Amino acid sequence: MAGNKRIMKEFADIQANSPPGCTITLPKEDDLLNWEVTMDGPSDSVYAGGRFKLAVALPKEYPFKPPNVSFKTKIYHPNVSNDERGSMCLGMLRADEWKPPNKIVEVLKLVRAVLAAPQPEDAVEPGIANEYKNERRAFDKNAKEWVSKYAK
Amino acid sequence: MDSDDEGGFNSAASSIELDEEMSSSVDFDSDVELDDYQEDETAFEATAKDLAPRRKAYEVEYRVYSPKDIQAQQDDQVAEVANLLEQPPEATAILLRHVRWNKERLIEQYMDAQEELLDKAGLGQDISKNPPRLQVIDGFCCDICCEDTPGLESFAMNCGHRFCVDCYRQYLVQKIKGEGEAARIKCPGDGCNKIIDAKSLDLLVPTELTERYNELLMRTYVDDKENLKWCPAPNCVYAVECGVKKRDLNKIVPSVHCDCKHAFCFGCTLADHQPCPCVLVKKWLKKCEDDSETANWISANTKECPKCHSTIEKNGGCNHMTCRKCKNEFCWMCMGVWSEHGTSWYNCNRFEEKSGSDARDAQAKSRQSLERYLHYYNRYANHEQSAKLDKDIFHKTEKKMTLLQSSSGMSWIEVQFLEAASQALQQCRQTLKWTYAFAYYLARNNQTAIFEDNQKDLEMAVENLSEMFEKSTDQLAGLKVEMMDKTTYCMRRRVILLDDTAKNLKEQTWEFIVDMV
Ligand SMILES: [Zn+2]
Ligand SMILES: [Zn+2]
Ligand SMILES: [Zn+2]
Ligand SMILES: [Zn+2]
Ligand SMILES: [Zn+2]
Ligand SMILES: [Zn+2]
Repeated sequence: MAGNKRIMKEFADIQANSPPGCTITLPKEDDLLNWEVTMDGPSDSVYAGGRFKLAVALPKEYPFKPPNVSFKTKIYHPNVSNDERGSMCLGMLRADEWKPPNKIVEVLKLVRAVLAAPQPEDAVEPGIANEYKNERRAFDKNAKEWVSKYAK
Repeated sequence: MDSDDEGGFNSAASSIELDEEMSSSVDFDSDVELDDYQEDETAFEATAKDLAPRRKAYEVEYRVYSPKDIQAQQDDQVAEVANLLEQPPEATAILLRHVRWNKERLIEQYMDAQEELLDKAGLGQDISKNPPRLQVIDGFCCDICCEDTPGLESFAMNCGHRFCVDCYRQYLVQKIKGEGEAARIKCPGDGCNKIIDAKSLDLLVPTELTERYNELLMRTYVDDKENLKWCPAPNCVYAVECGVKKRDLNKIVPSVHCDCKHAFCFGCTLADHQPCPCVLVKKWLKKCEDDSETANWISANTKECPKCHSTIEKNGGCNHMTCRKCKNEFCWMCMGVWSEHGTSWYNCNRFEEKSGSDARDAQAKSRQSLERYLHYYNRYANHEQSAKLDKDIFHKTEKKMTLLQSSSGMSWIEVQFLEAASQALQQCRQTLKWTYAFAYYLARNNQTAIFEDNQKDLEMAVENLSEMFEKSTDQLAGLKVEMMDKTTYCMRRRVILLDDTAKNLKEQTWEFIVDMV
């Protein structure tokens, strides 16, 4: 597989130099396609103090197709689907925007940036997005409640 | 079941009255307004337009194209514009795709801001001076696969994003095969929007993919043009051109007939749904889906005789039922007495609103609205079902006719009337089916009574013809003339209904109980 050398290099690089607030592991030592990420909520956001588990699954066509990112810890966020998959799909995570030179480290930076600044125009949860836009206080309260309920 | 014409359905008598109706209903002029739909656009101007017979209100102008026609059109346009711009055909094709085949816009942009346009279209250099090629570069490391073996072949466009040829190819395979992209594949470089030009693609696309690639290019041509659509029939390769615009779809239902025989709506590409406008079709299908459980029992193929309650199974499309046990003749649709169906006062198709007092509370209202829906759904679903049953019966008959040919000495041509009758039935039931969705959304006004009369007349004509299919095969041969008459009559009733509905739709005299969005 063409991607193997690349993935190994990416994993080594990310271990040596992980993005802020992220710890990356391989749940199964010999399975390079499934990464597990622990991400701290950005300190200046409603998710501060929360610790989120994410799964990053690389398709077999990687890096010609983008990785799949899903939150394993429930999170109240307009860009994360509020179901058992907890998937996030925006920006470079979309097949038509992903470019093969893009790296997972950039993906993780994007995810963290979106935690700090949700993108309601690109929402998967329109209800939460509306609340975020129009009733910020209620949104903040709900998001924080979920953090203490699920992400501690 | 015997056909009986007691109800005033003698076909000869009716056709006299019909001719009058026909001539009055084609009188209004549809051409003037319809001409607005014709784009002044170029490559396929209908030449015989002035010679063509005047269209009915429900008919639209359209043309069917084969893949060869479409390729030729593309080539013609590329050649023409290439000449004008003095650009090579490859670059011109990219430019045309870039502006979604809007020739005028291309020429304008080319004159105004050539550099910018070329850049945006991914042609920032003169590709004929500097043809794309593979290179081996010392110390190169591919940023996609991380290979750095000496002698590694690589490729870059003039944006400088260089990758090894394997990665470049695999990227293209993913785009073409995986994502069905062709005309606007971007450079794989991070953040680079440069479109890969045709010459580079020639060099890089693996040969086993070129066919697919060209097919996709052709698809984008049709997809890009508002007045072109692929026929949605499975495996059909034709495209249809029609000038009706999206914004006009509340005023016209643009049915087109592909050369593969499939009739579909140019507006939404669903199967022909005249006389019901696209937006109502969409609402209706959604409603039926949402309410499918409530409505499910209706499509059942057995019901009880309203008189003796013995079970009766429906096995033909005809709605005129005769109970085997008590000989009661009734209508499958409304369970009413059949003999009353031909009379002018009987309304099998019309939903009678219950008058005021008992529909006051919410529960009664919701019950009434459900009844109303079921009334129309019942008839809608029944015609759909009956069309299938009619078809089954036709296939059985077809086999018998083949036998009959040899025994009676009738020729194959001579038994074609059955085929014609069957097709008329299918077509009329398709129309009738959609009249019920249409009627469901129709608000009562001066026009609706005429519509309901037309609907009733077509329905009776269809049932009369459908009944004949249930005759035994040896009887059928002798009924040829009558059957042909009834077929013609059905088709005429259909034309009258469609014409009247389309005319009122165009003039916006219909009122609907929902917003037309
Ligand atoms: Zn490579
Ligand atoms: Zn580039
Ligand atoms: Zn077709
Ligand atoms: Zn339509
Ligand atoms: Zn009976
Ligand atoms: Zn009836």
